[in-house]
Amino acid sequence: MLLRATDVAKAYAGVQALRSASLELRAGEVHALVGENGAGKSTLIKILTGAVQPDAGDFSLNGEPLGRLTPRSAKALGIAAIYQQPALFPELTVAENIALGIERTGRWGRVDWHERHRRAEELLKRVGARIDPERDAGELSMPQQQLVEIARALGADARVLILDEPTASLSKEDTDNLFRVVRELRASGVGMIYISHRLEELPVIADRVTVLRDGTTIATREMAQVNREQLIQMMVGRELSAVFPKRAVPLGDTVLELRRVGSEAAGVSDLDLTVRAGEIVGLSGLVGAGRSELARTVFGLTPADEGEILVRGKPVHISSPADAIANGIAYVPEDRRRHGVVLEMPVSENVTLAALDNLSRFGAFDFRRERELAAEYTRRLGVKTPSIRALVSTLSGGNQQKVALSRWLVTKPAVLILDEPTQGIDVGAKSEIHELMMELAEQGVAILMISSELPEILGMSDRIAVMHGGTIVSVLDRAEATPERVLARALGEHTREFAAAVAAGEGAP
Amino acid sequence: MSKPLLAWLGRHKREMPPAVALLGVLLAVMVAAPSFFGAGNLRDLALNNAPVLLVALGMTLVILVGEIDISVGSQFAVCSVMAGVLAKAGVPMVLVPLIVIAIGAGMGALNGALVGLLGLPSIIVTLAMLVAWRDALRWATDGAWVQDLPANFQWFGLSPSVAQAVIVLIAIAILIVAGWALRNLRAGRGLYAVGSDEEAARLAGIDSRGVTFGVFVVTGALVGLAATLNAVRFNAVPSNAGIGLELQAVAAVVVGGTAITGGRGTLLGTLLGVLLLGTIGTAMTYVGISPFWAKAIQGLIILAALVADAALARLERHGSLFRRAPVVAR
Repeated sequence: MLLRATDVAKAYAGVQALRSASLELRAGEVHALVGENGAGKSTLIKILTGAVQPDAGDFSLNGEPLGRLTPRSAKALGIAAIYQQPALFPELTVAENIALGIERTGRWGRVDWHERHRRAEELLKRVGARIDPERDAGELSMPQQQLVEIARALGADARVLILDEPTASLSKEDTDNLFRVVRELRASGVGMIYISHRLEELPVIADRVTVLRDGTTIATREMAQVNREQLIQMMVGRELSAVFPKRAVPLGDTVLELRRVGSEAAGVSDLDLTVRAGEIVGLSGLVGAGRSELARTVFGLTPADEGEILVRGKPVHISSPADAIANGIAYVPEDRRRHGVVLEMPVSENVTLAALDNLSRFGAFDFRRERELAAEYTRRLGVKTPSIRALVSTLSGGNQQKVALSRWLVTKPAVLILDEPTQGIDVGAKSEIHELMMELAEQGVAILMISSELPEILGMSDRIAVMHGGTIVSVLDRAEATPERVLARALGEHTREFAAAVAAGEGAP
Repeated sequence: MSKPLLAWLGRHKREMPPAVALLGVLLAVMVAAPSFFGAGNLRDLALNNAPVLLVALGMTLVILVGEIDISVGSQFAVCSVMAGVLAKAGVPMVLVPLIVIAIGAGMGALNGALVGLLGLPSIIVTLAMLVAWRDALRWATDGAWVQDLPANFQWFGLSPSVAQAVIVLIAIAILIVAGWALRNLRAGRGLYAVGSDEEAARLAGIDSRGVTFGVFVVTGALVGLAATLNAVRFNAVPSNAGIGLELQAVAAVVVGGTAITGGRGTLLGTLLGVLLLGTIGTAMTYVGISPFWAKAIQGLIILAALVADAALARLERHGSLFRRAPVVAR
């Protein structure tokens, strides 16, 4: 066994990213690692490359137990990772990039330029890349940069190569070329961990596959013995551990409607969606499918440059967040700590930040009203804070999220867009936020909820819009939505079904 | 101490260091050289520092949004000369300040457009402006002073003592109004939000580019006013006024407890900073220290203010001065 990781566990600030993940990698195999968003793949990779320290777990390389892994020791042991976005130094030449950190220099650190050039040429040849080593890395295309990274890893005598979604933005041709390199490396005895959301490429390239779910290894199988339906089943097949406070709410008129909306800047197009008063629409999809980009387009951060946005049936023009707010749209962004709240401001000022107009009389600020509002909303949402004057940076994640939410509730929005509303917060605060969403829906707010957690999407939504490749590919009713169906569409399966449905004369599914 | 007073002190702990230092300087002078508190000296100090206070006030706003304006000294020179030129050209003396303020606002708007609307780095934009305005002025005037001014230019044609009172009162009035506005107007709140976290402010619907543009315009206008109030003290206008004014202003703001990274600070602190840096030089000569030390001491005060700020931030974040920040993984 080349590399063995057993029962790895890791928690971040109370959130269990890995519970019991295990992985065995043989020399000369391509080992696929699959799982939903948040299943723990990234965390496991970070632990293997020494970037993150695990809470528990045993590691061995060639049967030898490994101690603490650091980025330096992982590198010395021959463990290298290549990420979706290449991490080369764009201002340095290809040869310099390859030489960085692996080159032996002469006395006083003198560089042997000829040797460096020759070595780079040799390594590039091994990965089948026809690239001039003296070009600046920044000039290369992304697939070329990826190959340079692989060459660098080989130069460092990598025995374990981790490829994190390497084909996510590659063309068919570049993918084929990459696979050719991967096969050659396999033949030379390198063990590769291959992470991909493209399940269809796994039978082509992988020998075995390990499925992670909720931070736990579900199974490791020979690739030839599983089909994609079984894989999807294993990826989502969890019991619903949380109970969602979902209640039936009579739906009102359509509040938000998108008609073929697109934004080039955001990379989304042809968005068709309606959200009615009292309705919770879940927006599902893989990382990079364009969910947050849709939200940012509706909120005017990347204004739409095609199509129509209608609020309560009237076309509106939204070119800035101020326009969106004026039209009753509220957006609680994903990166709460950075953008949902202003950390260095007190709770009270955060609560009123989006409603400053309502609090001003003749241009003067109504401090009493601000205190009243802050007190009212911190009580209603159960924000645990020593005082409304406490800085938001001193609160816990769940309480910060409640402050971010209350900021928008103060504006009495007609449409509330929540981007990963419960990400990284503890279970108790989570269900409080779910309950709050239900109360808002009952008051007639139209809610659009982005979430990477399938149980949350399935548990809270009346309808589920699934995104793939920057557009909405499918809208499922609560009754027909199953984890498998949602995930299959998020993985891009819709095209086949779509074609079949059109052929059968049913129109769009 | 009473509870509201304690709460007030808690909110203003950033202004404590300069307040204590100023108190210390004043006490030391009181003991060593009571003549410092003579009416003549105090009047001179007030008149010298009123323009600095106005410029530092604008600088506070700029720094609060996380930018900087080092072109204020050159703007000050342009405005001073323009005040003289306008008066000499026969423009009524009541209109001169208004026109000069508009000229200052115009120069500020140019800075604001480049920084706020085009997103260029303010330190480079205003550095370029510092050089450009200064040398444009040198080219236009050949370094000559504006002389032969009409009789009603100096002291606005008022008696010196009345005019002096007016100048100081204008500066104080503007400080009070600006302090109130910063706390009580939505624009003031927006300014702090943009300085703390521009993206978060944008997501809350605040027009962060407009806020940034606005503070540069206001600063330019204040520079125009300060230049006018300074110019009328004499009967000729030098073409090289305001050299080093940007350093005085930035220093006063930083010493006054405003975070150089934006988002935190008050005008009360800036007032204390101006008073501390403005009095220490004179105080030293009264106490008998060579005035050559004055700049060095001012430099030390600025360093001390930065160290105090960093120490305060560290204390707030993890309760100790020396422990390293905990490593937060994601």
